[in-house]
Amino acid sequence: MKIEILGSGCKKCTNLAADVEQVAKHLSVDIELEKVTDMATILDYGVMSTPAIVINGIVVSSGTVPAHAEIEKLLTQANVAN
Amino acid sequence: MLIWFSVFADWLVYDTLGLSNQTQFGQALHFFIEDTSKIFALLIVMIYAIGWLRASLNVERVRDYLSGKPKVVGYGLGAGFGAITPFCSCSSIPVFLGFTSAGIPIGITMAFLLTSPLINEVAILLLFSLLGLKITLLYALTGIVIGMLGGALLDLLKAERWLQPLAAKAYARGQQTAPSNTTNETSANAPTSSLSWQQRHQFAKSETSEIFGRVWKWVIIGVGIGAALHGFVPAGWLQANLGEGQWWSVPLAVLMGIPLYANATGVIPVLESLLIQGVPLGTTLAFCMSTVAASFPEFVMLKQVMQWRLLTLLFALLLISFTVMGWIFNLVSLT
Repeated sequence: MKIEILGSGCKKCTNLAADVEQVAKHLSVDIELEKVTDMATILDYGVMSTPAIVINGIVVSSGTVPAHAEIEKLLTQANVAN
Repeated sequence: MLIWFSVFADWLVYDTLGLSNQTQFGQALHFFIEDTSKIFALLIVMIYAIGWLRASLNVERVRDYLSGKPKVVGYGLGAGFGAITPFCSCSSIPVFLGFTSAGIPIGITMAFLLTSPLINEVAILLLFSLLGLKITLLYALTGIVIGMLGGALLDLLKAERWLQPLAAKAYARGQQTAPSNTTNETSANAPTSSLSWQQRHQFAKSETSEIFGRVWKWVIIGVGIGAALHGFVPAGWLQANLGEGQWWSVPLAVLMGIPLYANATGVIPVLESLLIQGVPLGTTLAFCMSTVAASFPEFVMLKQVMQWRLLTLLFALLLISFTVMGWIFNLVSLT
């Protein structure tokens, strides 16, 4: 699945990307991770609080760095929907 | 209840370490221990409590609420929301664009963005517990007034002329569509607002560890400076040199504050010491505001959506308003 991390590149966004990668590895889910810093794209998603997680084009979290368990849930849900 | 921190510092510094309360070092260390332990305890309790209350308030809801409000009401609301809504400063660009494309006038957006870094609720509560109600109210009120006047002025000047192309496009799009119904599609993306106790606790807990992890060093630095002022600057020196609120001391304090960009949480202990040393209220508040709000990193970020002209204007606006506010408070408190 395709995962985008939206954010201007601050520390929180970098941490979130690393967390997502780690959780995906742990779950052995194949992901294609992309960090999006382009403001026009972020605006198109309607996101105002970064960092945000977008899975397959849907915003699933914004404004926080969720705990690993929370990320695990998001990834599993998206994986089932696939 | 706060007396316990003084008792603790007495015990540690005078009884256990055996320092005399007559020496400058002993006094400085006592101040340092008392203030750091007090502020750390206050911070943990307050951030948790605020996080709990605030779990359901997010910037998407603020935007939905602000869109379609008349300008005059909007400035006040924008500044008020700015005071209570915290957001990571790297979110200031998406917030700016989000508000703009929802058809909210640039002045209201700026009232929000100006007030937000200036007033944060943790700083307010710290101010209240260290310095009392009067100064806290003055500080909050000043911040909101600066935000409102700044916003109104930018609208008067038609500041949207000086946006970068990306932001200008968003602004034009926002102005075309009816402000009241542009936001529905995007607010569906926002997290739901009804939260269970468990979720609130989670939010408050992660807020506490995140914010505390970020500000504790500022507290140490701030209290350290405060302790040094307290113990080593000769008593009466600041009082004699700045105590009468000479007119130039206010702009000087504002200019000195800019490169010292700091977290509001760290500035408050310094503020406490300056006031104890007899620096007038207006000068102290002006210094504090310019340290907290006029931050270069944030201005560099705003460059993505604003042209230099607008940035310079904003910067000048902040400096002038801090100075004027400082003068007014000095006049009031010295007469």
